[in-house]
Amino acid sequence: MRVSVVVFPGTNCDRDTKWAFEEIGANVEFIWHNENDLKNPDLVVLPGGFSYGDYLRSGSIARFSPVMKKVVEFANKGGYVLGICNGFQVLLESHLLPGAMKRNENLHFVSKHHHLKVVNNDNKFLRNLEVGEIVNIPIAHAEGNYTPQSEEALKKLWDNGQILLQYVDENGHISNPNGSADSIAGICNENKNVFGLMPHPERAMQSILGSKDGVRMLTSFLDK
Amino acid sequence: MKVVANIYLKNGVLDPQGKAVHHGLDSLGFEGVNDVRVGKQIVLDIDTDDEAKAKAEVEEMCEKLLANVVIENYEVEVKK
Repeated sequence: MRVSVVVFPGTNCDRDTKWAFEEIGANVEFIWHNENDLKNPDLVVLPGGFSYGDYLRSGSIARFSPVMKKVVEFANKGGYVLGICNGFQVLLESHLLPGAMKRNENLHFVSKHHHLKVVNNDNKFLRNLEVGEIVNIPIAHAEGNYTPQSEEALKKLWDNGQILLQYVDENGHISNPNGSADSIAGICNENKNVFGLMPHPERAMQSILGSKDGVRMLTSFLDK
Repeated sequence: MKVVANIYLKNGVLDPQGKAVHHGLDSLGFEGVNDVRVGKQIVLDIDTDDEAKAKAEVEEMCEKLLANVVIENYEVEVKK
């Protein structure tokens, strides 16, 4: 399994992400933002951070980097792409995923462990988890207030099984840390090959760090 | 030619910053504020004397980069 982790100026979760995928046995390459070759990966990961200083809007400038042209081509040919946190914002700004991010409703940067409910596992990303299962994964963002284009767009996401994860409390009741529509934490595209989530599975790989629920998420990309 | 793009969240899209500012104004005793929306203003210097052309160009910039048209509206104004 070959994983290419894209690094923009301002990305800061690249090394954690590389380490996490190596822990589960993947071969990981870094791809610098001005490179034109993704190095033939099975999965491209856009990690968290503050690409291009988050100027204008989070993720809006990263979209114009040479590597993103290749990522869009790769995704449009059915290649698997995972965007974590800032990577999710880049996927929205690149129109690989629908909708947009607003500032968190309470205007705070929220950084803590949070429970998530698996809404749909009929996809490569969450197939190792059960629908309704509660996992514990850290979040750390100021702009995670997911906003769909319209009510109809939101309904379409539900109908197509594109809503993957919701923010909940430990008992599975909705608990929304940022004002996100329907408490959405993660979505995928219609073809189910592009995934975006605000929480950080790469930070939930060892019990000693509070949770290893990220392991099963990331390994689902590996298993045949 | 100076061209100004004003960008703000669409009507109906909840504006968390506007809400916080509104709350602050209430605390200061400014009464009768019905609503507050916070946006951003981008000022460009465009190398042309053709007003219509400058406006059209900045509108295209808004569509492609300056605004996120999923949640934001924009207004472009040419300064004389």
